[in-house]
Amino acid sequence: MIRNQLLVCAGGACITSGEKSVKDVLVDELKKNGIEDEVQVIETGCMGACDLGPIVVVYPEGTFYQKVTVENAGLIVNEHLVKGRTVSELLYSEPTSEKKAQTSGDIPFYTRQVKRVLRNCGVIDPLSIEEYIARDGYFALGKALEMTPDDIIGVVLDSGLRGRGGAGFPTGLKWKATRAAQGSPKYVVCNGDEGDPGAFMDRSVLEGDPHSIIEAMAIAGYAIGAEQGYMYVRAEYPLAIERFEYAIGKAREYGFLGRNILGTSFSFDIEIRIGAGAFVCGEETALLRSIEGKRGTPSIKPPFPAQSGLWNKPTLINNVETYANIPQIITNGAEWFRSVGTAKSPGTKVFALAGMVQNTGLVEVPMGTTLRELVFDIGGGIPGGKKFKAAQTGGPSGGVITPDYLDMPIDYDTLKEIGTIMGSGGLIVLDETSCMVDVAKFYLGFTVDESCGKCTPCREGTRQMFHMMEQICDGKGKDGDIEKLTKLGKCIIDTSLCGLGQTAPNPVLSTIRFYEDEYRAHIYDKKCPAHVCKHLLTYSVTADKCVGCTACARQCSVHAITGEVKKVHVIDQSKCIKCGSCYEICRFGAIRKE
Amino acid sequence: MRMNLEDHLKENPELKKQFDALDAYIGELATPEGSLINVLHYAQEIFGYLPDEVLEFVSSRLNVPRSTVYGVVTFYHFFSRVPKGRHTVTVCLGTACYVRGGNAVYEKVMRTLGIKAGETTQDGRFSLDLVRCVGACGLAPVVVIDKDTYGRSTPEKVATLLNKYA
Repeated sequence: MIRNQLLVCAGGACITSGEKSVKDVLVDELKKNGIEDEVQVIETGCMGACDLGPIVVVYPEGTFYQKVTVENAGLIVNEHLVKGRTVSELLYSEPTSEKKAQTSGDIPFYTRQVKRVLRNCGVIDPLSIEEYIARDGYFALGKALEMTPDDIIGVVLDSGLRGRGGAGFPTGLKWKATRAAQGSPKYVVCNGDEGDPGAFMDRSVLEGDPHSIIEAMAIAGYAIGAEQGYMYVRAEYPLAIERFEYAIGKAREYGFLGRNILGTSFSFDIEIRIGAGAFVCGEETALLRSIEGKRGTPSIKPPFPAQSGLWNKPTLINNVETYANIPQIITNGAEWFRSVGTAKSPGTKVFALAGMVQNTGLVEVPMGTTLRELVFDIGGGIPGGKKFKAAQTGGPSGGVITPDYLDMPIDYDTLKEIGTIMGSGGLIVLDETSCMVDVAKFYLGFTVDESCGKCTPCREGTRQMFHMMEQICDGKGKDGDIEKLTKLGKCIIDTSLCGLGQTAPNPVLSTIRFYEDEYRAHIYDKKCPAHVCKHLLTYSVTADKCVGCTACARQCSVHAITGEVKKVHVIDQSKCIKCGSCYEICRFGAIRKE
Repeated sequence: MRMNLEDHLKENPELKKQFDALDAYIGELATPEGSLINVLHYAQEIFGYLPDEVLEFVSSRLNVPRSTVYGVVTFYHFFSRVPKGRHTVTVCLGTACYVRGGNAVYEKVMRTLGIKAGETTQDGRFSLDLVRCVGACGLAPVVVIDKDTYGRSTPEKVATLLNKYA
C-alpha cells in the first residue's frame, strides 16, 4: 500500500541545484526506515519556481518543501513521514510577512497562475504514460478520431488559439490551409527549437509532459491528413530529447502511435530530429530545411509551408506550447478555452520570468495579465530594493516595456502597439543597474552571430548597426548615430527575407524610442548612466576608505595602481584598462566606479 | 581517397572501430534521406570532432556531395572541425545570464584558462565555448562543464569549479 508520494522536481533548474543527490538521500532514508514500500518517490517535470529548487512535495498533504539539500532531505523522511511532523525549516516563508506556506496554494507565485499548458508539469511522472492517461491523457485523441477532420479544425478555429511561437498567427487557419492544400503525403511538424535566449517553457513541456505533444501532433495529423510527424528539438536540450524519445516508444506500445490508432483506419508516427545550434532554425522555412538535413536557411513566403513545406509537400508546423493547448481544447471545447484571456488573444500564456526579479521561473497566466502582476505579484519584485526599469519581451526580436505600461494588459496586440512582441514568452526583468544601450547591443550581437547570411540586409545591415552600437558603448559615438541607427533599422525590417532580419532591429529601435536619453548620454556626454559600459567608466580610489592593504595593486594586471603599505593608493588613468578587478577585490569599498 | 582511408585504418585498429560504429549506425537508419545532421551528431559523439576523413566517409556512405556535408557542418555551431579538450566549459550568455553578470564569469574563465571561445588549452584539458541560453535562466548565470550544470556562478567561483576537472 502506498500511503505517501514524494514528488521531486526534476526540471532543469532543480537538477542543476542538486536534485539527483537529494532524491538519492530520500530513497536511502526510506529504506533505512523500512517504509520504501509505503512511500513512492516520483521525479516530475518542472514545477516552475526555479529559484526555490530543489523542491520536494509530499502528497496527499501537498506539503511544499523548498531549497532541500543533501544535508536536510533526511528530515522529510524522518520527521514528516515517520513522526508526522512538518519540517518547518524547509517551508517557504513569505519575504515580507515571514509567514510559512504549507502548500503551493499558500505561495503567491502559484496562486495567481492558471495552469493549462503546464497542468501536468510537476504533477505527473513524465516517464509514465499511465499517469498521463490518469489525467485524461489521450482522451482528446479518442474523441478527435470520432469527429470529422473539418469539425476538429472548426473547434480549433473557434477557440481563437494563436501561435505561441511568437507571431500569434491563428492556429486554426494554418490547419485549415494545410488540410485544403493539394499534395501528398502531408506532414506535421513541431517546432521545439526554442532559441530565444531567456525562454524555456517549451523545454519544460517536453521534459515534463511529453505525451501532451504526442497526442496533439496525432490529432493534428488526423485533422490535416498526415501520417508522419517530425519533432524538431534543439541539441541544447538533451533531457527533453531523451524523455520525448522514451514517450514516443511508450505511445507506440500503447497503440497511440503507429498503424490503425485506437482501432481506426488512421495511422500516424513521429520521428525526432535534433537541431545543431542555429537560432535561425526557429524560423519555420529554415527549420524545414534542417529537418531535411540541409543548411537551415529560410526561403521567401509564399509559398507557405501549408502549401509547400517539408520536401515540398504540404506541412503543418506549430510550436510546442501551441500544441500543448490542443488536447484540452478538443476535450473541453472552444468556449472553455475562451473563458480566460482577452477577446483577441484567448487562453493562457507561459512566461519565463528571469533577470532582475525575486522569483524566477515559469509562470502561466491568462492573456491580458498586466506586467505589474507578473513582475511584482508573482515575481515578488526586484531583489535588493532596486528600482524596476523595464521588462524585455520577445528576445532578439522584441523590445522593452517601460514602467509607464506596468498596468497595460499584455497580449499579442497591445505589445505590438508599443513596439515589442510577445515572442515565445521570455520576460527578462531589468533594473536600474541595466544599461539599455548595452542590452540592445547584446541582442544585436546575437542576431549578427545568428544571421544565416542568405540575404544582404540582415547579414550586412545588422553588422553595421552592431558596429555603431559598439562605438557608442566604447565612447566613440558620433552626432547623428541615433538617426542612422533608426534609418538603417527600418530599412532592414522592410527588406529582410525572413522573420529573423525583419525583427532584428527591434531591440535597438525600441530602446531608442523609450530611452533616447541614455543613448544621448553615451554619445554626447560619454557617460553610461547605469555604470555598465566599461569604456565609459572611471575607477578611482576613495582616499578616506582606503586602508592601504595593497590588494588592488597586486591584483591589477597592468600595474596601474601604485601606493605604499598602509598609505592611500592611486590609479593611473592612462594605464587603467577598466577591467574592474580592483573593484571586485577591495574589501573596504574604497574603489569608486563612475 | 577511399583507398587511403582503408589503408590507414588497417594500421590503426582503434580508429577502425570508430569508423565501424559509424558505418553500423548509418546502416541501421530507417530513412537515410534527410538524416545527414543526425549522422553528423553521432559521428561527433564517436570522434569528438569532425575531421576531413569523417566528412569524406559520411559523404560517400550517404551519397551526399562532400560540399553539402561541409556546408552543413560549418553552418551549425554544434559541429566542431577541431579536436576538443578533455573537458568542455560552456559559459551561457543568454539574456538572463548576461544581465546577471555572465560576461564577468566568461571573462574570468578566459583569463584563467588563457583561451577564447572556440579554443582549447595547450595541455588539451579544457575547451571553451559560449552558448546562448541553456534554458536554466532561473539560476543565471550558468556555466556548464561537460554534462554538469552550475547555477548562480560568480567570477570568484570559477577557479574552484575548474579544479574539479583534471
